[in-house]
Amino acid sequence: MHAATIACHECDLLQRTVPLPRGGVARCARCGAVLYRQGDTGLDQVLALTLAGLILFVLANAFPLLTMRIDTNVQPATLLSGALRLADQGMAGLAALVVLTSAAAPLLKLLLLGYLLVPLRLGWRAPFAARAFRVVLALQPWAMMEVFLLGLLVAMVKLSSMAEIIVGTALYAFGFLVLVLAGITASLDPRAVWDRLGVR
Amino acid sequence: MDAALTAARAGLVSCHSCHLLVRPPAGGAEAMEHAACPRCGAALHSRKPDSLGRTWAYLITAMIFYVPAMALPIMTTTTTFGGARKDTVLSGVYYLLTTGMWPLAAIVFFASVVVPVLKIVILVLLLVTSRQGGDWRRLDRARLYRLTEAVGRWSMVDVYVVTILVALVRLQALAIVEAEQGAVFFAAVVVLTMFAARSFDPRLIWDQRSDATP
Repeated sequence: MHAATIACHECDLLQRTVPLPRGGVARCARCGAVLYRQGDTGLDQVLALTLAGLILFVLANAFPLLTMRIDTNVQPATLLSGALRLADQGMAGLAALVVLTSAAAPLLKLLLLGYLLVPLRLGWRAPFAARAFRVVLALQPWAMMEVFLLGLLVAMVKLSSMAEIIVGTALYAFGFLVLVLAGITASLDPRAVWDRLGVR
Repeated sequence: MDAALTAARAGLVSCHSCHLLVRPPAGGAEAMEHAACPRCGAALHSRKPDSLGRTWAYLITAMIFYVPAMALPIMTTTTTFGGARKDTVLSGVYYLLTTGMWPLAAIVFFASVVVPVLKIVILVLLLVTSRQGGDWRRLDRARLYRLTEAVGRWSMVDVYVVTILVALVRLQALAIVEAEQGAVFFAAVVVLTMFAARSFDPRLIWDQRSDATP
């Protein structure tokens, strides 16, 4: 294949690849799109972040994010209880979208990355590895945990005049999880993974 | 600029999924239809198939859904003393504004109102100019495309706000929040504009009339 030449994925211009320093970004000479980046960490660090992310995901789901209190009435909310309530109210489609974007897509991304990277670290290739990585890349736009965090902030402000809002343990785990996911996006160089997976 | 050597002109195909540069199989259009990337297994296309038609279809549906998304209430808040109150996207923004949280009001207004409209307008502009195939402000058009991809996700914030309020405010005797149809249309607009942005092929901005069409 043409290992040293790539086409810009946004304008199709053929360009020669050059080695980059850590954290460096190669941009298309014509349209300015990011051609590729050299992860500022290796795949080992991505693997470490992935495992940390999985632990945080469990914590973020196991405890209430927020709890509302009016007098003696207490109502906690977890990541998934909102979606369950939407489904109860006959809005299954909306509930499915919320579950997909705030929980399922990020979880699947973390699980598949772990499935890929643990075997690569041990020097072998997981079955269907290329397909799994394609799914990871396709899930990227649908994982919107950082947007959910903004939604939590807005909801807290909206309720602050009406009730007492107690911040739960899971909210901190959720905040760190958003940072970890951003770290994975920033440090993962898809080319490095494809190179390791090789051409069938 | 006109002599720019693209993968299409060199007779190569760049994989949509893993960006591997592949020489397409001999046998013309029919062989190409069944071709898969040798590295990641994704279907190979020189350009996204029916890019303009698909993007138009998603966009027109999004424009139609945008009307009920803004006009219908997205949630109802019922309290023992205050009665029932229906909120639209805009009245939610107004509420944040009047409770003294103007930065948050600005963020929600931008994410829920400005971003979807801007996305639809930009994509229509890109569709019209790409059909003509001219070289008018190509770099700016490429930047606009990247902008729509980057900001689109933030429109989901109001859907999440409704979800969280529905989960939290369910003290039967005191207060309860229920989602309304407007939220469904609003979520549909967000998803449709995301699909529209993804089905548009930015290479069409740069293709010359003589280049291979999708």
